[in-house]
Amino acid sequence: MKSQAFQKVYTKLDNITKATVSLTAKGVGYDEMAIVNGRMAQVVKIMGDQVVLQVFSGTEGIPTNAEITFLGNPPQIKVSDELAGRFFNAYGQPIDGGPEIDGEIRDIGGPSVNPVRREQPSQLIATGIAGIDLNNSLVSGQKIPFFADSDQPYNQVMANVALRAKADKIILGGMGLSNDDYLYFKQVFDNAGALDRIISFVNTTEDPPVERLLVPDMALTAAEYFAVDKNESVLVLLTDMTLYADALSIVSNRMDQIPSKDSMPGSLYSDLARIYEKAVQFPTGGSITIIAVTTLSGGDITHAIPDNTGYITEGQLFLRRDTEIGKVIIDPFRSLSRLKQLVIGKQTREDHPQVMNTAVRLYADAANARTKLENGFDLTDYDERALNFARDYSDKLLAIDVNVDTDTMLDIAWELFAKYFSKAEVGIRKDLVDKYWKENA
Amino acid sequence: MEKNDKTTGTVTGIIANLVVVDVNGPVGQNEICYILHNQERLMAEVIKITEKQAYVQVFENTRGLKPGSKVEFEGHMLEVTLGPGMLSRNYDGLQNDLDKMEGVFLKRGEYTDPLDREKKWHFIPLASEGDEVIAGDWLGEVEENGMPHRIMVPFKLQGSYIVKSVAKEGDYTVDDEIAVIESTNGESISVNMVQKWPVKIPIKTYKEKPRPFKLLETGVRCIDTLNPITEGGTGFIPGPFGTGKTVLQHAISKQAEADIVIMAACGERANEVVEIFKEFPELDDPRTGKKLIERTIIVANTSNMPVAAREASVYTAMTLGEYYRTMGLKVLLMADSTSRWAQALREMSNRMEELPGPDAFPMDLSAIISNFYSRAGFVRLNNGKTGSITFIGTVSPAGGNLKEPVTENTRKAARCFYGLSQDRADSKRYPAIDPIDSYSKYLEYPELQETLSKTLGEQWLSNVLKAKDVLLRGREANEQINILGDDGVPIDFHERFWKAELIDFVILQQDAFDQIDASTPLERQKYMLEKVLSIVDAQFNFNHFEEVGNFFKRVINQLKQMNYSEFKSEQFNNFEKELDDILNEFSIEAEETQQATA
Repeated sequence: MKSQAFQKVYTKLDNITKATVSLTAKGVGYDEMAIVNGRMAQVVKIMGDQVVLQVFSGTEGIPTNAEITFLGNPPQIKVSDELAGRFFNAYGQPIDGGPEIDGEIRDIGGPSVNPVRREQPSQLIATGIAGIDLNNSLVSGQKIPFFADSDQPYNQVMANVALRAKADKIILGGMGLSNDDYLYFKQVFDNAGALDRIISFVNTTEDPPVERLLVPDMALTAAEYFAVDKNESVLVLLTDMTLYADALSIVSNRMDQIPSKDSMPGSLYSDLARIYEKAVQFPTGGSITIIAVTTLSGGDITHAIPDNTGYITEGQLFLRRDTEIGKVIIDPFRSLSRLKQLVIGKQTREDHPQVMNTAVRLYADAANARTKLENGFDLTDYDERALNFARDYSDKLLAIDVNVDTDTMLDIAWELFAKYFSKAEVGIRKDLVDKYWKENA
Repeated sequence: MEKNDKTTGTVTGIIANLVVVDVNGPVGQNEICYILHNQERLMAEVIKITEKQAYVQVFENTRGLKPGSKVEFEGHMLEVTLGPGMLSRNYDGLQNDLDKMEGVFLKRGEYTDPLDREKKWHFIPLASEGDEVIAGDWLGEVEENGMPHRIMVPFKLQGSYIVKSVAKEGDYTVDDEIAVIESTNGESISVNMVQKWPVKIPIKTYKEKPRPFKLLETGVRCIDTLNPITEGGTGFIPGPFGTGKTVLQHAISKQAEADIVIMAACGERANEVVEIFKEFPELDDPRTGKKLIERTIIVANTSNMPVAAREASVYTAMTLGEYYRTMGLKVLLMADSTSRWAQALREMSNRMEELPGPDAFPMDLSAIISNFYSRAGFVRLNNGKTGSITFIGTVSPAGGNLKEPVTENTRKAARCFYGLSQDRADSKRYPAIDPIDSYSKYLEYPELQETLSKTLGEQWLSNVLKAKDVLLRGREANEQINILGDDGVPIDFHERFWKAELIDFVILQQDAFDQIDASTPLERQKYMLEKVLSIVDAQFNFNHFEEVGNFFKRVINQLKQMNYSEFKSEQFNNFEKELDDILNEFSIEAEETQQATA
């Protein structure tokens, strides 16, 4: 994105604020990119011949006689197979020391899919993590975030999910990623020998926050190239969407917009939906699945960011530290995958739905027993067994370090049922019990 | 606002989808215009005028738009095209036929015809030469998916007209002339099957709008029995995410006793709309024996489609509903979710730098919402026939807080409130409608009370009120038990609690995925309510609080099995007999008889 010879260079700024500059210019298009003294900027408002530019990296040190050139196009990315295995910044420029990409230029943040052309998501994505596959199965074309507190290992879980999912391409959109986390992702993908199917767009904490706003659209435009043009299944990882939303609020604040709930812009729902709704199953076989991270502050899901996210995404996954076993688990109560009904018992074994519900119900019994215990009441024999079951269930199935296929997960669940409960207590449909009950466990 | 010379203008300012246009002639508030950008024509609506400048909201993305672009004003407000052939179509918020659009992605500036202009309809005249008619009167009818579709005197015509001629029975396209009518001053007007109407103006060609008096059966017990909605009634369903709003709404639209179902998917998940697209063509319609989709219209503006069109989508859906209502049909209109519509209003008000109301929503939000809800209703047409629009909107309260502005303002406008509770959803008590907080104002209408006692018996209303009391007393008892402990309260409290649980499990909870339980006809609801209340009224003799729970668990299980069985089938009767045995075991009378014989 270098300035070209025939372009007009403006040299006078009329106004400068912390994030924006304005100047008198003609023939400029809305959303168009510009360069202000070498910094990337974008048109956010045109009023008569006054053009307001948002300078992504901030306006510190920009003088009124700065050089401004307009690029005549919205933010763009070059797409081709060369993207695979590469790392880029928020503008789509390589940051891994490799050469520039050759490819077709596309505008980012393109149009929406016509809803009547969408296919219903139907392909199970196996991750090996039972807390996901057994209780909250993911489906290609789904969008689902991890709701996690910032001290939880969500990036590690997400990296595991990405590597195990049989996706043709994995696209990482890192927003406000700490440099350590960026290097972690790089190393994990490298060690797994998966680098050639991974593309990363990274804005680290060292980069200006407003630049983050470009990252999801960069990642998703690349995803659309592989999903639409190449009919591939693409998994997009977006971490951390809370920092993305924070950047939105910074911009709207600097543009004197009236904030709504939690000082977020009034358009937060539409802004987030525009990104998440890029998740789609195309009729031609390609798909885009989005797994995101929304960090919570103190587990509060009523905050505007997780709240709006919850209304957009198809479920959410909660991480929780289980002190009994000293591991992080996927919380079976608060987690939900809205699309699991499309695959469980259909693409997985017939007993999947019943085993899933029964295990969670028994786990809930254990939670009640624990409350009793804490309140100093006596435990019944059933309570004791439920507690023991819960410990095993948590350790062997819910923990995020589990990596087995779905049939094995179901078998483990049956073993645990037989170990701690009678058939009547388990209460699963008789024909399934006859077929799968593990007697001498 | 009709005029011959079109006003034109030039774009001078752009902030996201708000565009400022310098105009060279008269413009009207809410007038539609097109911005010419390269090869594209972007549709927009005037939302504010200051002297020579019109502020327009563009129904599309404005990327690349430049000052200096030409603008053409259309001389009318946002209109829908009304005529036969709308049923089973999938429209966007501006009534573009989504299936007619090419390609996987929506193209900016692509607008498609909502009707099929080639198809021939079999027309049967209803009016004859010499009849005096006014707007909305029926001239003839065609059959649309098995439903009578009346061809009416255009709604825009004022005053009365004399029918000069009506086409003979036969096959015509929507654009063929089917009648000529003449005004009192001799002007003759040719009428075909198509007419246009601005979506923001209610169609009021009916004679009167009486208070609703007839129950609209939905098959959902906790609505029909406890808090019924009426034909022409309004209701809303607020609920945090994950409490089953969508499932409940789909259940109502599948089962309700309506001729036409219009679903406005307003700013919601695209995959949910896909579910409707894929599911409704498969679902059998119990009322017509055809497929459900044949009497359904879907207006889809998913959350990633342009925001301004989202606002339009609910009006488009309402106007389509009013059109079918004027034909004497019962329309059920569902909007999911009205919060997204309010958010669209907020985004625009924000860009116009209006002073904000609570939570940055526009100050007139309350008026906008109540005006919209007031368009629903039961009407008596000029020819004595009746029609209705029953409107149910969902609300997605931010953070699950029912005190936020959209919920509060909707509460003022809608007559039924079906509040979904997080606690009920968490404990899998579906549908998660809170039985105590929810209400139906219609239960207080003497008109409805009268029809209810005619159709369901004089006892019905008092039974319903009694059930509500039992639920409330049960909740109070439960609170006491939680504070004082199981053995810290009299056994009586446990009985009260479990009687409420009985109503909860048997009447309120309903399995939307079970073939039989999903939909309960009124007759069956009456039977079950009476059965349950007879148990509530009975006196039992318990010695210990554990006995109470064990007894009622058995009773509940028996009644649930009845819910899952075909009504009055052998299976059903067997379960009922077993239930009666359990009841006799514990009733005080039984004990007294035993003592007497001893």
